[in-house]
Amino acid sequence: MKNRIEQCFDELKKARRKAMVAFVTAGDPNLKFTPQVAWTLEEAGVDILELGMPFSDPMADGPVIQKSNERALKSGASLKGVLKAVEAIRKKSQLPILLMGYFNPLLQYGISSFFEDAKGSGVDGMLLVDLPPEEGEETRRAAEQNGVSLIYLLAPTSDRKRIDLVRKKGSGFTYYVSLTGITGGAIKSQPKLKDQLNLVMKGRRLPVCVGFGIKTPEQAREVAKLADGVVVGSAIVDCFASGSPAQGLAKAKKLVSSLSKAVHSV
Amino acid sequence: MKTKIDFKKYKYPDRHGHFGAFGGKYVAETLMPALSELEIAYKKIQRDPQFKKDFAYYAKNYVGRPTPLYFAERLSAKFGSKIYLKREDLCHTGAHKVNNTLGQILLARRMGKKRIIAETGAGQHGVATATMCALFGLDCEVYMGKEDIERQSLNVFRMKLLGAKVIPVTSGSATLKDALNEALRDWITNIGNTYYCIGTVAGPHPYPLLVRDFQKIIGEEARRQILKAEGRLPDEVVACVGGGSNAMGLFYPFIRDTSVELVGVEAAGNGVKSGKHAATLVAGKVGVLHGQKSYLLQDSAGQVMETHSISAGLDYPGVGPEHAFLYEQGRARYVPVTDDEAMEGFDLLTRHEGILPALESSHAIAYLKRVKKGRLVVVNLSGRGDKDMGTIAKVKKVSL
Repeated sequence: MKNRIEQCFDELKKARRKAMVAFVTAGDPNLKFTPQVAWTLEEAGVDILELGMPFSDPMADGPVIQKSNERALKSGASLKGVLKAVEAIRKKSQLPILLMGYFNPLLQYGISSFFEDAKGSGVDGMLLVDLPPEEGEETRRAAEQNGVSLIYLLAPTSDRKRIDLVRKKGSGFTYYVSLTGITGGAIKSQPKLKDQLNLVMKGRRLPVCVGFGIKTPEQAREVAKLADGVVVGSAIVDCFASGSPAQGLAKAKKLVSSLSKAVHSV
Repeated sequence: MKTKIDFKKYKYPDRHGHFGAFGGKYVAETLMPALSELEIAYKKIQRDPQFKKDFAYYAKNYVGRPTPLYFAERLSAKFGSKIYLKREDLCHTGAHKVNNTLGQILLARRMGKKRIIAETGAGQHGVATATMCALFGLDCEVYMGKEDIERQSLNVFRMKLLGAKVIPVTSGSATLKDALNEALRDWITNIGNTYYCIGTVAGPHPYPLLVRDFQKIIGEEARRQILKAEGRLPDEVVACVGGGSNAMGLFYPFIRDTSVELVGVEAAGNGVKSGKHAATLVAGKVGVLHGQKSYLLQDSAGQVMETHSISAGLDYPGVGPEHAFLYEQGRARYVPVTDDEAMEGFDLLTRHEGILPALESSHAIAYLKRVKKGRLVVVNLSGRGDKDMGTIAKVKKVSL
């Protein structure tokens, strides 16, 4: 049976629409608030929600997401808590949910028990930044057994061999990192991105979503023209950097509505 | 999983960079091609006699190798054992770190990289990197935790004098682990022109391999020297372990000599039970951080813990994967030594031999009181204590 991510891309393909993927850190500012964030972003037109699993050492993230990890950890957010939050979200929503983060917390949880629990909570996909396919066989098997997609990254530095490897090992979709850098960096000009993306788009078996450095509706629209979906993270997370959680969510809702509109207009 | 191996035929890591269950490449996709590039470049220079010649030339004429293996007579008399010190403290820049930076910077030059980045804790690796960059005219930027910048201001000044840019890291706990995170972020961003010169036998493959290979000169010399002096192999070789580069350098050439006990001394800070320590193998669990699977000090949810040690160079929550492997295989033994014991070790060597050891190396000296009488022991004196005068004065409540 297809999970919600796979069903979502099937439907989008039929409707000839591009996917708007929104990233927020689970537990920022606390896990109780996270379901509210998910439901609100769904209303704002998000197709897939990417929830960050807080980690003490997010080595591929820029300052915005680093700080949001720190806020979440300070409030006591753990991987168990994140799964509980997904369970709470599921009471009112069938939005496809993907967890994104680093490998160590999952390793401590226990790989196979994690995927069983993740499935039970209603998680559809996993993206582990520091687990390339080479080190990920045990994880891939556990994900597959539980019908959870394992999403791999490709980057501008990935050559043909790596593109083929990710095509072979990945599921759900492929996450293309738009820039050589960390989250929240500055995105390349569109022609350059198009050239690099061509390699990944041509002959793809899975949908390709592009993320890193996309901040405005204009950028989102341009990138959506080149791929199957767009991921926005830091710009949304930044809404929660100051003010009350409710104020942050209001800001995020406004931003995500305009991003969704832009992506869906393509 | 834990098959016992035949140490007489020890040959690790395998071609994927694994030491049994440890090591590997746990990094973001963007870095994977850069690691392959490094692997290929490293294989190439291993077969290149000119590289070997260059390394040997600078090791001898610039670093001052071979370093002596010194028989510590009064220390030996005190403990009733024969104790030899491998004098890495006499290397140019004052510690063993320079063996590695010499090798890596020669490699970076071969790769045509003009910009060098490094992380540093105590500042010794930063100084060693800045030194090599000054020697070869390369740009050098060193990431250093804000906390460490404050406690190692002398080394910060040295790096600046050598022309390096020292970048303070304020994220997380603002210590060595965060400096490593920041260096990795820099590398992800500037991968085309930048060489990341990692300071210890940790990080993603091939770093644990190549840093060990550049440091193994310590053990190769020590093995030759002790055979010449005593006509036999030592009963044990001892070194302090933070990330583990001086220990790996000493241990590696003795791994196949299974009669030689390998002893790694970890920083127990205020005591292992206090929770304020950096004794990763003694008290940690298997985990993944900074591109490798190894032991890690972490909480039950897998978050990396903040560590404590009087010596900034040992103040790190991880440890090189080869140490994790030797530990699990029972080939090496790892023991904790507290801040207080390290201070005793410092005083002991200073007063008995007239040598001021680095606080890191003082941990290895402090272990000697636990050695059975009548043994032949080689201790790696990995660095000299000049950089620690501020810290030591503070402990002794002296204002300089």
